[in-house]
Amino acid sequence: MRVLKLVFKNSLRHKLRTSLTVLGIAIAVTAFGLLRTVVTAWNAGVESSAANRLIVRQAVSFIFPLPFSYRDRIAKLPGVEAVSYQNWFGGVYIDKNQFFARMAIDPETFEQVYPEYIVPPDQFAQFKKERNSCMIGRDIAERYHLKIGDIMPIEGDIYPGHWEFVVRAIYQPRDKTVDASQMLFQWDYLNERMEQEAPGRANQVGWYIVKIADPSKAAAISEEIDALFKNSDAETKTETERAFQQGFIAASGSIISAMNFISFVIIGIIMLVLGNTMIMSARERTREYAVFKTLGFSAGHLIGLIAGESFVISFVGGAVGLAFTLPIVQMFQAFIPKGWFPVFNVEPITIILAGVSALVVGLAASLFPIQRALSTKIVDGLRFIG
Amino acid sequence: MPPIIQVENVTKSYHRDSFEIPVLKNTSLDIQDGDFIALMGPSGSGKTTLLNLIAGIDKPNKGRIVIGGTDIASLSESALAKWRSNNVGFVFQFYNLLPVLNAFENVELPLLLTSLSRAERKKRVEIALQAVGLGDRIHHYPKQLSGGQEQRVAIARAFVTDPVIIVADEPTGDLDKQSADEILLLLERLNQEFKKTIVMVTHDPRAAEKAHTVRHLEKGELI
Repeated sequence: MRVLKLVFKNSLRHKLRTSLTVLGIAIAVTAFGLLRTVVTAWNAGVESSAANRLIVRQAVSFIFPLPFSYRDRIAKLPGVEAVSYQNWFGGVYIDKNQFFARMAIDPETFEQVYPEYIVPPDQFAQFKKERNSCMIGRDIAERYHLKIGDIMPIEGDIYPGHWEFVVRAIYQPRDKTVDASQMLFQWDYLNERMEQEAPGRANQVGWYIVKIADPSKAAAISEEIDALFKNSDAETKTETERAFQQGFIAASGSIISAMNFISFVIIGIIMLVLGNTMIMSARERTREYAVFKTLGFSAGHLIGLIAGESFVISFVGGAVGLAFTLPIVQMFQAFIPKGWFPVFNVEPITIILAGVSALVVGLAASLFPIQRALSTKIVDGLRFIG
Repeated sequence: MPPIIQVENVTKSYHRDSFEIPVLKNTSLDIQDGDFIALMGPSGSGKTTLLNLIAGIDKPNKGRIVIGGTDIASLSESALAKWRSNNVGFVFQFYNLLPVLNAFENVELPLLLTSLSRAERKKRVEIALQAVGLGDRIHHYPKQLSGGQEQRVAIARAFVTDPVIIVADEPTGDLDKQSADEILLLLERLNQEFKKTIVMVTHDPRAAEKAHTVRHLEKGELI
């Protein structure tokens, strides 16, 4: 118990130095948490993708549409359970800074393909009944204080004109990785208006979502789908939803890799900060460690003293850093444009990684001082003038 | 009765870069139980090295050091550490108290290695501090004590475990005359009342006067 008390007393011997070290670790842990959260948010789409969903898109580019007529041909393939489809709608709600996904969907197949969107049955029934209705995510409802029956006016850009949608359903995400900030409306509403205003753009979908019975047959079914439309005007490229999402973030892949790398560089910085403090402390106490050895204290006691002090500092720094991570992440989220990161949560794994890293680094930073304290001869230590 | 400390043909040298510096040359010394011996000599004569070897904080290159029947030169580092904690009390020139611990905690330090209960440790520490006249300074930290008081705490720490021998390296070297006299008086009491064998290194002839035996070293040899 006395040795433990000594560990705490030693930690507080140089209050300013210890405080600055704790602050350094805390800032590094917070930065680590923030960076990991951004990386996690970037990958949220990939994380939420299901193994039994395939995405069929235009082979040339995602921005080109596919004929609506493909739906029935895909649906007939063995192993296909359901085929749904969507169009990216875009548009401007309030102003251009209000960014969130706005898409036309097929209400008939949506629930079957996306069970992770939890919608009250009565609301969903109402959504299916009204042509110009829309379904919004919980976050959108909260952000814009929207409730059932409210009107969402949107100025179209990809599909020009003034559009008005009535909120008829609010969905809840089943999992944390599901984007709760989307606005979804009926594809038929979009298509009917295209038939009237731009017939050349009618009966086209952005992409198909194919639910398959056996995920292990994803590659074979993808090949079959693409073979169906080989040499047509609109050849397809079919891939798993995960691959499709990864393709989306591939363009920013190097940025994510850099952020990932930096987040681990930060751990190195923590180690250097703490290591420096521990080396200075241990050097100053060379004579004291010699006195301990003289009195008969073992190597184990010295290891406990030095590692314990390092552990205490890293623990406090890590705890303070973690305590700050959540508010800092929330503050960061408030500063970035709405909708940039539909899913922006500090994941438990980030907290565990940050906490464990701080503690492991705490122990690692004490290795050199321990080695030095143990290898210094008593007579040399007693002569040491620090 | 055999001597409690037997130094037999001990040779010790240090290496500095590629040079070998001989410090003790084939030195032998017997010290009887209950003796108070002063080792004197000019700087570099090897007196502190001899003291360190007797205290078990250094090992000879050659020869035997037998204390209370144990050849300490043959002990492993961990066994030697345990032996030191049971048999030797240390008094240093610069006291070497831990600044973050108060007088009580500093004196208690060597007792943490024993199986004594907290209550027993407390009792022993209080007795030791009262014996050195610091019963009213129990909760004072080293920086709140004078040099003489610090050395008295160090002496209390040295005998609180009831060791067989007490080694003192220039115990009065950093003190004024009055404090030095008090410390020497304390060492004398430890020797006479508590029957402790004391080996003291000193430059101070007045300190040496308190010892029963004075041995001089010169160039690594006892004369």
